[in-house]
Amino acid sequence: MGKRLLLKDIDVPGINTFEVYRRQGGYASVEKALKTMTPDDVIEEVKKSGLRGRGGAGFPTGMKWSFLDRKSDKPRYLICNADESEPGTFKDRYLMEHIPHSLIEGMIVSSYALGANTSYIYMRGEFRWIFPILEKAIEEARAAGFLGQNILGTGYSLEVYVHPGAGAYICGEETAQIESLEGKRGNPRNKPPFPAVVGLYGCPTVVNNVESIATVPHILNMGGDEYSKIGIGKSTGTKLISASGHINKPGVYEIELGLPVEEFIYSDEYCGGIWKGRKMKAVVAGGSSVPILPADLILKTAAGEPRLMSYESLADGGFQTGTMLGSGGFVVMDETTCIVRNTWSFARFYHHESCGQCSPCREGTGWMEKVLHRLEHGEGRMHDIDLLVNVAKNIEGNTICPLGDAAAWPVAAAIRHFREEFEYHVKYPEKVKDPKHFEKEPFVPERVVAATA
Amino acid sequence: MLKVTIDGIETEVAEGTTILQAARQIGGEIVPPAMCYYSSLKNSGGKCRACLVKVAQGSARDPRPMPKLVPSCITGVQDGMVVENITNPQVLEARKGVVEFLLLNHPLDCPICDQAGECDLQNFAYAHGMANTRYEEERRTFEPHEIGDKIKLHMTRCILCYRCTYVADQLTDSRVHGVLNRGDRAEISTYIEKAIDNEFSGNMIDVCPVGALTDKTFRFQSRVWFTKPLDAHRECSKCCGKVVLWTRGEEVLRVTARKDQYGEVKEFICNECRYDHKNLNDWVVEGPRHIERNSVIAQNHYERIDLQKLKLEVERQLRFQQGKRLNESNNIPS
Repeated sequence: MGKRLLLKDIDVPGINTFEVYRRQGGYASVEKALKTMTPDDVIEEVKKSGLRGRGGAGFPTGMKWSFLDRKSDKPRYLICNADESEPGTFKDRYLMEHIPHSLIEGMIVSSYALGANTSYIYMRGEFRWIFPILEKAIEEARAAGFLGQNILGTGYSLEVYVHPGAGAYICGEETAQIESLEGKRGNPRNKPPFPAVVGLYGCPTVVNNVESIATVPHILNMGGDEYSKIGIGKSTGTKLISASGHINKPGVYEIELGLPVEEFIYSDEYCGGIWKGRKMKAVVAGGSSVPILPADLILKTAAGEPRLMSYESLADGGFQTGTMLGSGGFVVMDETTCIVRNTWSFARFYHHESCGQCSPCREGTGWMEKVLHRLEHGEGRMHDIDLLVNVAKNIEGNTICPLGDAAAWPVAAAIRHFREEFEYHVKYPEKVKDPKHFEKEPFVPERVVAATA
Repeated sequence: MLKVTIDGIETEVAEGTTILQAARQIGGEIVPPAMCYYSSLKNSGGKCRACLVKVAQGSARDPRPMPKLVPSCITGVQDGMVVENITNPQVLEARKGVVEFLLLNHPLDCPICDQAGECDLQNFAYAHGMANTRYEEERRTFEPHEIGDKIKLHMTRCILCYRCTYVADQLTDSRVHGVLNRGDRAEISTYIEKAIDNEFSGNMIDVCPVGALTDKTFRFQSRVWFTKPLDAHRECSKCCGKVVLWTRGEEVLRVTARKDQYGEVKEFICNECRYDHKNLNDWVVEGPRHIERNSVIAQNHYERIDLQKLKLEVERQLRFQQGKRLNESNNIPS
């Protein structure tokens, strides 16, 4: 079994309560940090650990923390991004629901490092039942003296508030989240200026993912250098992967970065292989925003190297032959999946979630969804396929926030790797009228048929 | 003072100037189009992505290019910045893309829309867009809503530039209207069917770049190029009193604030000046308003043409065209 940090105690009964969590060594990092380390020491440990943002962008957390504007005399804020809305990702919910104190502990040490005395957990509104779980954890921590005024007699004070969202994926984008916290429309802001300088209420702010924050106590407990020894290359530490789709054992798995993809999918320790004895067709490795990859390219890079679950290895080959680790929303699709239908489903999501500020995303996402709808229902034409690629190209890079890119990449990638399937939908519209059109007979590209004929 | 080079033309600007403002200072064809930016409205800009430009060199100190196209209306100039605009094919493609996106759900109302002739979107599409549309799907529409007895809202025409909400925020102290919903179903609306009735609400008509917000008192009365615009003013306790009267003979068809060459009003006017004084005698008329020659309104031939200025302008155009053709022959993209 690979090294487990975040989910080490998941099977201990009562780990969601303060008593059991404390007994298992919880909140030790708070004592260590507040009593024996300065805020700069904590930031240094996180930098040494090589921890990268676990929300999807993979930006080095220590570096992000060091960008915080220290010269300003405005109050500083830490916001925990618990707006987990990336399709295919459900690891933050798992962590908050079952081990809420790991997040609270992480919030305390991270806020201490950043010099924040008020911190927020922005949690998506659909996680209604987790709201009282987190509030209870905060109360338990406060009762034990880990939150509030003068924590552990060190003079550091911190208040943590849980703020539920109201059902918008766009509020997972950091500047939109800040706008939403301020009580305004969740419209992303233009960057620069970055939140580290101008954030919540115009004050220096850092926004971090749940998993990133929950990892900080472990980094402090073992030391940044020790943490950096886990993993591979610049992908240090462990990551929670939300595995779902046509596999035998879907769920949340904590893996050491650098685990071979083939082992992750087929080993009984993790996903247990493709269900119903079928063959794998495609994988979306990091949530719907990252490019989809066909089975052969997810297992091996274009150069023939076995692919590993790490930021570098999955991104090998750029978008031509690679993808991204992203948020770790690992969706596996078997041979009965229709890629066109899947792409349409993703496009529908982005169209629904676009905030509407900038023209490429507002109009482009709707356009792509409508064209994909026609293709999937047998009303597409051959030029629609190149049209989609061109629309995706016009959206990418020209938007205020990455939602435009996230909408464009899956469409471009699906057509790049599965163009024949799209052409099949245009050439044989009667055959795709049944929504389950590949279930009885998986789609086989014509070049394969020709090769084996 | 900071040095910035835009499409090969260098200029010096003060600290805090944006690329768009620097381009406007130079003037001419290199000025990027702007659909949502409005210099008199704080917080405007950065949304429509029409003004995207390429920063080929960030500054003299850090000469790396910026990886993505940046919106020039909100990006500040740095010393030694090199910007590419109409000399960069990627930027022109991006602009074509933005025009296409803006026209996607925009109804083909030009034949019946009052804004025709002074419509920012028409000008933008004509200068930077494609001749045909590739969009074959159904367009989104909105049910008509009333927002007052002086302003007509055509929500299907709206391109969500947010300018009207900024006018409301800046000129009034009560937040009476904003944006509801998300994505392409976002709509400008008042809070639960209220009418907009504050003293400066009429300025929304002037700032709206398309025909989404139009003057009900002028609706369908005349095409704008059949009217003669006259500069005029009157004593007004609430506003500056400086307006443009759009007349047909002795009749004042409508009153608007004065827009500069980029279509922006610098001094807003109150509703009394706009709606309640439609008699020529209420005003001190200063003279015909100068309209740019390339505007369709100038076709009404009401202003004496300054032949000398015209000659210089034509020569400048020819020089510019020649420069572009020279580039074509050297296979340099222009």
